[in-house]
Formats: sequence, structure tokens, C-alpha cells
Amino acid sequence: MKKEYMMGNGAIALGALAAGVNFVAGYPGTPSSEIIETVAKYPREGLHIEWSVNEKAAMEVAASAAYSGARSLVTMKQVGLNVASDPLMSLAYVGVKGGMVVVSADDPGPISSQTEQDTRRFAEFARIPVFDPVSPEEAFVMIQEAFAYSEKYHTPVLFRPTTRICHAYANIDVPETFTGHEFEGFIKDSKKWVIFPRLSFANHAMIEKRNVEIGNDFSKSAYNEVSVASADCKQAVFTGGVSYAYVKEALMEHPEVKLCRIGTPYPFPEQFVLEALQGVEEVIVLEELSPYIEEKLLMLCGRHQLPVKINGKLTGHVPASGENSYESAQQILGEFLGLPLVDAAINTTDAPQLPVRPLVLCAGCPHRASFYAVKQAMKGKQSYFCGDIGCYTLGNAMPLDMCDTCLCMGAGVTMAQGFHWTDPRMEGAAFAFIGDSTFFASGITGVVNAVYNEADIVVCVLDNSTTAMTGHQPHPGTGRNMMGDIVEKVSIEAILKGIGLDFVKTVDPLDLQAAVVTVQEAAAKKGVKAIIFKSPCIAIAKSVKKADISGACIRCQKCIREIGCPAIVKIDSKVTIDRNLCTGCGLCGQICPVGAITVNE
Amino acid sequence: MKKDILICGVGGQGTVLASKLIAAAAMEEGNVVHSAETIGMAQRGGSVTSHVRIGEAYSPLIPKGKCDMLISFEPAEAVRNLSYLKKDGLVIVNATPVKPTTESLHETGYDGRKMIAYLKEKCNVLVVDSEQLCAQFGSNKYLNVLLLGVAAGSGALGISTEAIQKEIEARVPEKFVENNRLAFESGYAYANQQA
Repeated sequence: MKKEYMMGNGAIALGALAAGVNFVAGYPGTPSSEIIETVAKYPREGLHIEWSVNEKAAMEVAASAAYSGARSLVTMKQVGLNVASDPLMSLAYVGVKGGMVVVSADDPGPISSQTEQDTRRFAEFARIPVFDPVSPEEAFVMIQEAFAYSEKYHTPVLFRPTTRICHAYANIDVPETFTGHEFEGFIKDSKKWVIFPRLSFANHAMIEKRNVEIGNDFSKSAYNEVSVASADCKQAVFTGGVSYAYVKEALMEHPEVKLCRIGTPYPFPEQFVLEALQGVEEVIVLEELSPYIEEKLLMLCGRHQLPVKINGKLTGHVPASGENSYESAQQILGEFLGLPLVDAAINTTDAPQLPVRPLVLCAGCPHRASFYAVKQAMKGKQSYFCGDIGCYTLGNAMPLDMCDTCLCMGAGVTMAQGFHWTDPRMEGAAFAFIGDSTFFASGITGVVNAVYNEADIVVCVLDNSTTAMTGHQPHPGTGRNMMGDIVEKVSIEAILKGIGLDFVKTVDPLDLQAAVVTVQEAAAKKGVKAIIFKSPCIAIAKSVKKADISGACIRCQKCIREIGCPAIVKIDSKVTIDRNLCTGCGLCGQICPVGAITVNE
Repeated sequence: MKKDILICGVGGQGTVLASKLIAAAAMEEGNVVHSAETIGMAQRGGSVTSHVRIGEAYSPLIPKGKCDMLISFEPAEAVRNLSYLKKDGLVIVNATPVKPTTESLHETGYDGRKMIAYLKEKCNVLVVDSEQLCAQFGSNKYLNVLLLGVAAGSGALGISTEAIQKEIEARVPEKFVENNRLAFESGYAYANQQA
């Protein structure tokens, strides 16, 4: 054993390796991305690791590995599970042979996500077990147990950490070496592996019976624990996930409080909870996202006719949305238990007004230039700009203001078509902006839909040769795979031409004039047109060029008003370049009316 | 040892490396360490924090009012996170402001000075003129290690200078080690002058 200082995601990865995982697939998404990246640091003969093209693909490649008896791990963020839900729902019926753990990282807050959905609900919906770790240290051990449960009950299982666990660091004791789980390979049996209504009917009944068994098994699990076993407490606190850590810290001086932690939310450990509730008259439930434990307690108390008052999100004692914290736990528990828990902090209510820091595209980001080119080209013509998921969602920031909609992965391409068909005020064109990785993940079918239904749209692929937002993962267009091997590049241009588009042009967005002309040309044509704005992410290109502003500057501030680059700052009404941030992209120089900005090596 | 250290700043300033160095050095000295970082979308020009908790702890984030040392890479970010500081805690703050991009569009006159004055009124504070101290390197690339030097020099960090320097050597690419060592030392000397 050796000690490693690991991010929660790293701990999950090492836990899977310690469980002998043979097959790992996933799609990047904050807060889950580092799991696969950590596994990839421990390559081993017979261990397959891949960034799949999207979560659905990841779930399916891993499913057949699990049919073969291999232990497989699939990773994604919570909204990725929506994409992978089609295979998962069916897989829950068919079952697996080798252990299969699906990590779906939830994001209370939300901090980097579209939704505050709750993977525990998904587990219940799919009728498969779910594990809910409270810390990186526990995640390392718990995922090993999750593999064992999966194999024991022949079912895929969910493992759901939340952002604060994924991104927390801790010391983990890890083995020096890892060995793979041994498995026999796929044994053909169409009665078992081919989903037909008859199989679904039979397995549905089997699953419901089995889940009762798993619930009983979970009731004995150490992940469900009660701090005070006696029946003397009239009040109890129920919690799970990272909220348990907040509650533990808030109640450090109060070991007399009955604290119940649910680590395996589905199938609900009913026996354990019934015992924990003995003597209890009132409960408060502290959990994030949905009132899952709260509703389970209500159901359980209802069925057993227990006179227990359940407080939580549904009664307004705990906020319905957003993440919990030590401070909120302290306040809520203090009120509930009648304990003086609040610490004395420095009063900062009299602080001067703090600057707001809206998220912006990086200085030199080629997306800024792409958006600006489209904006210039369509000036004065009512057009629609459908955004998508990635760094370029930040194209919505002022002064660019070039993202009218953003819904989910790939939706920009299809939503632009909806505007084309319905909006009577369209004078310009309906634009879809989509990143290169998102294009591969879920943009292609939308383009096919547009061609098939003869919509007039302009698809702008913002190709920066990486998956930037989630930490620069490779994708099919980069010519590199997860393991860093050089592979055949999948050409976005060839795909678009293959779908049947006549107008597919690649431009360098940093050449403003050429980009504007190309956009105008595309917007004037009927049908589905595509422009690939190709320029690498500044975090990869690492340019040493810098812009300089000469004395010729007339202080018109056009550069500031038009493009909103964080490297252009005003010091005492003088426009200057922050050389620490500038990458010398030259966009500002191309819009300066007096040519006062030049780019130098 | 039980010590909670909060490092804050603006995305891109290098707060993560500073927190990793502190965590690694504290661990090298036999402590249990936990930390938590801002990652993902929030990094792009937004406010970022790293919570480093040395000694036994449950919550991944430092409870408000319990932080021993706040190392802020930016004046307003120090004020933003001040409620984490305990009453007799120490703030180490870089005096150079990072203006939000919106500042150029809608001027509020933010220059950090009001923030520094407010901090001085509220708590123990060590103000660092990083512009002057970083001038020898021609960029603010070493700001993180410089501030780490100030933290070590203040005597309140509780981790030995040797342990931190060892981690710098282990974690920084070789060609940058020398400048990082210089930055650490000038920060350390600066804190000693101020004492």
C-alpha cells in the first residue's frame, strides 16, 4: 500500500482498478471527467479505456463487456445519464454477468450543469441499486463493494458522487499494483441476452422480488449507520452524501444527537430505518437535490403507521434547491434541535460593493472571433443564434450576446430548424453554434434531420480541436484517443459533405474579413449550410504573441465595446493590453479603426 | 496540527498549484489533509477558491468563521471570502486588482483600494505589493509561489519552509524551479520585513 493524495474522482478510479476493472468507458462532463483520466494513468494489458463518442455509446460498449463477464465502469455527469438512459433502462431488465458500475456524478447548486436532477431517482426509476459516498476515502472502498453487489445480483449498479466529493482531495491508501478480474467471455444464450416482451415481463417480476432482497442486504450494510442506537432519542437527523459530512462537522460537540446516514438509497434499507426510528417522534432530513430520503421515510412511516413527523424539503425546513453547506446544516439543525450551533464569524455585511465576475470566454479564445464574425455579417438582419453545451455557451456574455438559446447537448442544431419553420420575423438566418466534441456527441443526427426536412439553417462548427470546457479531452476529430495513441481523424467536413451539404466551408475565425464574407455567403443561400470555424483552443496552442497598443489610439474604445476580451483593460481612461492574459489573437487589431493595435512575437 | 487555509483569487491566477503545494508539504510532515477546488465552468474568469484543511475534518469546505489563514490573490476576493476567517485569523492579500471584463464596459471605478482599506479595518492583514515583487520575473506567473513565500514568512502557516521548497522542486517543471525558488524567497523575506 502507498498513500496518494487524490481527488474524489481519482479515488473512484483507483477503487475501480482495485476491483479489477477490465473495461472503462465514458464521456467527459464536469464533475466526472477526471475518473477516466486517472484510470488512464494506470494502463495494463487487457484493460480497455476509452472516451466514447457520447454516454449512450459508453453504456453500450460497457454492457457487452459486462455480458462477457468483464468488470466494467461507465462514467458521466448526471445529464449524461439522460443520454444513456435508453440502454440503461433495458439493461436493468436484461442484467449483466460481470460487475458493471455506472458512475453518474450529480451537481447540486448546480455549479456546472443544466439541471439539479437526482441520480437516486434514476436508480429507483430503473430499479437498480445506487451507492452514495460521503467522501473520497469512502468512495475508494465503496465502489469496490458496488462491483461485488453488481456481480452478486447480476445487475448494473449506479454510483453517484456529487461535485463536492468528486472535486475534494484526500489521502487514499492504494495498492502498489492492480490485477484484472478474470472472466470467461461471452456465452451465447438468446433467451438471456435478447430483450423481448416475454423476457421483460419475466425479468420485471424477478427484479421486484430481488430488490426486496437487496434492500434487506443493504439494511445490514455499514454504509447505513446510526450514531445512537438507543430508543431514548425523540428526535433524529437523517442525511446522506456530502450532507452527512456537513452534519457531522456541525454536530461535532453533540454526540448525543441521533444521526442516521443512508449510503444505499435504493433499494431503500427499510429494516435498518425501522430500527433507527424506534422511539423517534420527529425527524429532519438533510439531503441535496430531491427529497428522496424524506419521501421514502413518509412512505415507510405511512405503511407501518408510525406516528413520526418528517421534516425536510417538503415542509420548507430545508431549501428545495441548491447545495447544502456546513453553515446551512448548522442553522437548520440548530433550530430543529434547539441547540446553539452557530459560530461567530466576522461580520461582513458592511463590506464595499464587490465586483461581479461574470464568466467570460478566455482572452484570445477563437470562439469570440467566430461569434463576432457572425454578428458582423448579420448586422441589422433579425437572426437567431442557437447555442449549445461547451465553453461557447459563454458567447451569451455581453458585449457579444450571441447565444439566444441553450438547452442540452446537440439541441442548437435542431432548435435552429424550429425557428426557421416558425418565426415570422426572420430576416437573416437561423444559426446553430456547436463545438467539435459536441458535434460528434450529438450534432450529426440534427444535421441529417435538417437535410431530410429541408430546413434553411447555418451550422457553425466551432472547431478548437479539443473538448475544452471539461479539461481538454481528445475526441474523434483530434486524431488522438484516450490513451494518447495516434488514430485516424474523423473529418467533420467529410461528415457534413457525406450527409449531402453542398456548402461546407472551413475558415480561420481569426481572419475576420474572410470569416464575415463566408457567413454572408452562407446566410444568402437556401438549404443547410455549414461553416467550420477552425482555430485551436488557446490553452493548447500556447501562443507567445502579444498585442500592443500604440500612441495612435484615439480612445474610441471600440475594442472594448465590441468584443469584450478580458485582456483589454482601461487604466485611467487609457486602453491597455494585459500582457499576462493576451495571446496575440489579433482580433482587436482587426477592428481598431485607426490601426493602433499590432501583434508582435 | 489543525489548520484551515483558504486560498482565493480569479480563475487563471494559479491558486490550484498553491493549494497543492501546501497540501503536499503538510502531508509530508505527517498530517492528514483534505482540500477542495473550484473546477470546470466556474474557472473561466470567475472567482475561485481552494479550501485546504489540515488535521481531522469532515466537511470538504472550511466552515465560516473557522479559517486560520486566508491567502487572497486579489483584493475583492479576500473581502468576498472574509466571512470564512476566524476573528484572530490572518489575511495575506495581493494588492493588485483583477478587474472584471465588465468593468471596462460599465465603470464602477473598482481598483482594489477600498477593499484593502476595509480588510485593514476588519482583521489582521498582510498586504503584498506583488507588482513590485514580481517585476524581477517580467510577468506575474510566479505570483502563487510568491504568496506562498509570504504565508511561510508570516510564521502562521505552520508548515516548514524546507517541506514547501521540496514540494516546489518536485512539482514544478525543472526550467521554472529556479524562478519559483526566487519568488518563494522574496515572498518570505517580504513577510519578515513587514513583521
